[in-house]
Amino acid sequence: MDLYEYQGKQYFARYGIPTSAGGVADTVEQAVVQADAAGYPVVVKAQVKVGGRGKAGGIKLANDADEVRTHASAILGMDIHGHEVKRLWVEHASDIAREYYASFTLDRAAKLHLCMVSAKGGVEIEEVAATDPDAIARLHVDPVDGLSLEAAARLVEEAGLDPEARAPAAELIIALYRCYTEGDCDLAEINPLILTTDGRVHALDAKVTLDDNAAFRHREWDEFAGTDTFDERELLAKEKGLNYIGLSGSVGIIANGAGLAMSTLDVVTQAGGTAANFLDIGGGANADVMAAALEVINTDPAVRSIFVNIFGGITRCDEVANGIVEALGRVDLRSPIVLRLDGTNAEAGHEILASHLSDRLVVDETMLGAARRAVALAGGDK
Amino acid sequence: MSIFVDENTKVLVQGLTGSQGRFHGLRNRDYGTQVVGGVTPGKGGTEVDGVPVFDSVEEAVAATGADASFVVVPPKGAPTAILEAARAGVSFIVCITEGIPAQDEALFYNILRRDHPGVRLLGPNCPGVISPGKCNIGITSGDIALPGGPVGIVSRSGTLTYQALHELSQQKVGQTTCVGIGGDPVPGTSFIDCLAAFEEDPDTRAVMMIGEIGGSAEEEAAQFIKDNMSKPVVCYVAGVTAPPGRKMGHAGAIISGSQGTAQAKMAALADAGATVALNPTEAGERMVEIVKSLD
Repeated sequence: MDLYEYQGKQYFARYGIPTSAGGVADTVEQAVVQADAAGYPVVVKAQVKVGGRGKAGGIKLANDADEVRTHASAILGMDIHGHEVKRLWVEHASDIAREYYASFTLDRAAKLHLCMVSAKGGVEIEEVAATDPDAIARLHVDPVDGLSLEAAARLVEEAGLDPEARAPAAELIIALYRCYTEGDCDLAEINPLILTTDGRVHALDAKVTLDDNAAFRHREWDEFAGTDTFDERELLAKEKGLNYIGLSGSVGIIANGAGLAMSTLDVVTQAGGTAANFLDIGGGANADVMAAALEVINTDPAVRSIFVNIFGGITRCDEVANGIVEALGRVDLRSPIVLRLDGTNAEAGHEILASHLSDRLVVDETMLGAARRAVALAGGDK
Repeated sequence: MSIFVDENTKVLVQGLTGSQGRFHGLRNRDYGTQVVGGVTPGKGGTEVDGVPVFDSVEEAVAATGADASFVVVPPKGAPTAILEAARAGVSFIVCITEGIPAQDEALFYNILRRDHPGVRLLGPNCPGVISPGKCNIGITSGDIALPGGPVGIVSRSGTLTYQALHELSQQKVGQTTCVGIGGDPVPGTSFIDCLAAFEEDPDTRAVMMIGEIGGSAEEEAAQFIKDNMSKPVVCYVAGVTAPPGRKMGHAGAIISGSQGTAQAKMAALADAGATVALNPTEAGERMVEIVKSLD
């Protein structure tokens, strides 16, 4: 789960990472209240989960309440690269002396945590990596050992942070490591990390991605849920525990496992069709899940045919078959289903379905054959 | 021959008394795998369909001589179960558990790397390993595999592992061993570990590798193939048509920029001399051609 900037800063605060005084506002008047509390001048920042806010006009400096009103009313409702601004973060404007960069993420190749620090912050770090790779200091951290203050101090020195910033930056990096590990982040990134004119180091931005698998031990994450805007269909899928992503084609896709679902997209495209969605029903899906998946796809008006591609491992084909039969009984499916069913209990699954086969439910033995039929039923390539 | 497991492998099932553990553990036994015991704390002394259950892995190993373990426990308990198996002297651990936090995976991976260098962990979040006709540990349906070789399979995606087995078995091309390494952020066993083992296995004469978008495991494998593999490799990378910037299913499948795309991976693999197919069926067909040309 990606957090908004304001959520990221609130999460940072739990681990003692310094940020600017500020607050959240959903209306112009709330923005003024938050600005008064933070102290002028303030920065009014659009809360969207997309880069390039500043260039799009989503970040503005305001010296008084009138300027806050002007900027807040302009930014609220603004469309930034397809994301509508519904919320603002209003914080006290910092006197910036220098802009740095700091982050923690997992280096999958090394199978260790990776801390990156640079004196060149405030710009896209990918660009720094491409144009001036030596400007980024890197440190691998073994989770068994953890990160010592001495190692963090050496890292900020190596990164070329200004001498007066080094001690507070090293301490902040220790706090950021705790946030990243104990806080179960996939990514904890500060860009820019600033040195103020009065010698303080703090986070001016926050980019945090939480590991959804760790939600069971983080009750405090509940407050982050429900702030994302999903479309109706994605919301329905989420309620049913399905991994659904809407696309723009005409062949609805249901598969078990992310790899098989992606591969199903591949073969539908190669057969000349277009996928309407990505839908992974996961491992061990039962009849209820299968029926729910069909219901979700049935609400997409662009769908002309549904390709159900199942290779049972932990998922049992008889359960899948029961789900299809159940869905046929309880949902008025608008599109024909092309089914390919192999693996665990496949024979039992086919027996269950035998009496239900018709021009609305056809079975094909192979993945490629089923893809071609589904594409043909959807009316060929669009 | 086979890699990692064979007919002599003695397997414990940690979580045998749970519904998934019972279903898959007994199915592995019925396939012919030596399932010698189960482990569930508090249920020692009982049995599941004739398989004795122990309170701890240590007791189970002492009583049965098990050298492998199949971990089928929920995400909260899986890290402890894996480390318990390693400490008890089990040298091969298969963990199918889906949904373990990445921080936990990074921690137990590095504990194993440091304190138990002789232990191989397969997974988590993987379908397991099958050496057809000899041993099946995990959730793969044994009847889709065909004994006798000469192909070794390694796959990052669960269901595509079955698809790969199926494509070959349908064409009467057998497998030496099929390994599903799983798509989690910190897999215990990598593509390279499997490629190296297949390269050394005299009965494996060609390797099928199934990757997917995200991460850099396929690119690393490509470098290994280029430098070390004398045997032919056929690859398929799922997600050729995936829309960029979307997270699809699990942490392994993230595209960011041009890195980690199917195109970049396919180019690296082709450059390494591997045969690159556009879908699993084509991968199967290309492998059949290669196997025919070996005779």
